[in-house]
Amino acid sequence: MRAGILRSPSPLPGFGLSFGIMVTVLSIVVLLPIGALLGRGLMIGPGDVWDMVNSRRIWSALTLSFRAALIASLFNLVFGLLLAWVLVRYRFWGRRLVDAAVDLPFALPTAVAGIALSALYAPNGVFGQALAPLGITVAYTELGIWVALVFIGFPFVVRTVQPVIEELEPDLEEVSATLGARRMYTLRRVILPTLTPALLTGFALALARSVGEYGSVIFIAGNIPNLTEIAPLLIVIRLEEYNYDAAAAIGIAMLVISFAMLLVINIIQTWSRRRIGLV
Amino acid sequence: MYRTIQISGHTLAQGTFVRSLGDGRIEIDAGHARLSGRPIATRNTSETVNIQSAFRKTLTGGQLRGGLLAAVAVLGLTFSGSGPAAAQDGVEILNVSYDPTREFYREYNALFTAWWTAQGNAPVSIRQSHGGAGAQARAVIDGLEATVVTLALSADIDQIAERTGKIPADWQSRLEHNSSPYTSTIVFLVRDGNPKGIEDWDDLVTGDVQVITPNPKTSGGARWNFLAAWGYAKQKGLDPAEFVGDLYKNVPVLDTGARGSTTTFTQRGVGDVLLAWENEAFLALESLGEDAFDIVVPSVSILAEPPVTLVDGNITSDAQRAAAEAYLEHLYSAQAQALALKHFYRAWDTSAAAPEDVARFPEVNFVTVEDFGGWPEVQPKFFGDGGIFDQIYEE
Repeated sequence: MRAGILRSPSPLPGFGLSFGIMVTVLSIVVLLPIGALLGRGLMIGPGDVWDMVNSRRIWSALTLSFRAALIASLFNLVFGLLLAWVLVRYRFWGRRLVDAAVDLPFALPTAVAGIALSALYAPNGVFGQALAPLGITVAYTELGIWVALVFIGFPFVVRTVQPVIEELEPDLEEVSATLGARRMYTLRRVILPTLTPALLTGFALALARSVGEYGSVIFIAGNIPNLTEIAPLLIVIRLEEYNYDAAAAIGIAMLVISFAMLLVINIIQTWSRRRIGLV
Repeated sequence: MYRTIQISGHTLAQGTFVRSLGDGRIEIDAGHARLSGRPIATRNTSETVNIQSAFRKTLTGGQLRGGLLAAVAVLGLTFSGSGPAAAQDGVEILNVSYDPTREFYREYNALFTAWWTAQGNAPVSIRQSHGGAGAQARAVIDGLEATVVTLALSADIDQIAERTGKIPADWQSRLEHNSSPYTSTIVFLVRDGNPKGIEDWDDLVTGDVQVITPNPKTSGGARWNFLAAWGYAKQKGLDPAEFVGDLYKNVPVLDTGARGSTTTFTQRGVGDVLLAWENEAFLALESLGEDAFDIVVPSVSILAEPPVTLVDGNITSDAQRAAAEAYLEHLYSAQAQALALKHFYRAWDTSAAAPEDVARFPEVNFVTVEDFGGWPEVQPKFFGDGGIFDQIYEE
């Protein structure tokens, strides 16, 4: 009998088929495009890639892109957590509406978001007019880039943290209270450690999304070289020059930095999971 | 009875047993509060179930084979369905154009179809594609099967010719007027009443004027703006690099395309003057009202020649070639020229045009791109990587 060789080690059937489809789809959708980008980099040669990336304008675009993405994602981390908490723990009129509205940034074309935001924050827009007396200009400055990135990254934190808060039993906090812990202590030592892995995942997703965001940002950024020019725009500019190699070089630089950042986040995540015992 | 319960995760609580909740949980009295959870057995506590182990598995050879077969099957299914889907009967023309020609070609296609069938030819179906000129040129280079291209710059068509070989190098001499059936120029659009008193290019480099123009790296139209300013400085005996550098220091927003800049200026209220294609400026006046903006024509501007040509390499039949060539040549007919004038383009033949469409255009002292040595020279020198435009932002 051949059952001995082909014996499935799991009671669930269909492992071979599903594994094969998974590998194929992953290759076509994710690995091939990234592989092609890296392959292009190898064809150019790492030294030349470095030369093409190593200019003041590209560095200021890269630092701007990653700085703005970090700031926006940190903002989303704090306020995304707050919103998720409110949505899960409190019952109020319109809760389902708010809950549904969280997903809107996913659904809206990013260009529409960018145009809407620039219309609101432009000097003649509703917010722009209100902020002008305070000496704050949002549209066409770095502040505008933050606003756009906060908008598009917001749902990631909320949607990753929300189910974990739902799982979190209020009993846990009651126990903490019965054992004499103050509110801040309960928050710091009971709630946050449980939420940390989910928070980090949401943060990483929002960060990854914002770093590469193009559509919404170009409408509100101003796009002045060295000041408000994001790295993805620089890639588009290189493509307009038919300079595919230089475009690939900037793409590779972004890929490497993003990979390093996601790696660090993953390491922190593994560490924090171990610490609270959720392996 | 004193019991220990597990409340959630790893938190335990102890208290006196109150009642059983029926679902395996019990309620205890912890003194301050009543809590519920699963009781921890005092004996036999090692009964933990490792759920993960059921799903964790190693990959055997047989499974890998099965997986690969499945992968091949999926690929086969995906690609077997797509046969050659060419249109058998009827000639088709795909006109790949840039953004501001949208309205003009919609009307021209109707005009051409009527004329073409009146000549006793089989009807053709004309499809349009619009987008930023650079992006459209790249799409054709990457394989978009354009029959004709009608773009903003001859530099873009040069790139198609050079990179694909589908267009002969001397394409620009195939039709009259450098293959440009209509032309335009660069003018200033200012706010109503011209509050900053902007009359000419030198008013744009003073400190308190904000100029709106797109990025010449991403917008074909913006390259004409750049060259027009350069041409003015040269004619006035100024240092053109310094003049244009000063001008771009007054630019608060560099949009990626001409329509984007028009929106920034007209809808967002940013800036004092918009450097615009003449046809875009008239369009803005027409759609937003004459009392909101004024057009100022500078003493010197550039003759912008958006060229058209046939993409020979994409022609599949003689019938298609005949129709496509007629499509381009008919752009020079009196009716088509009148249509171009109606859409605010400067055209060559005014015989069939409405007088007000012609009278609208003031005389302008033109420089042409040939004065700069032609696009093959201008493109890398001014707008290439590290070119003059990049140097403005390098110091």
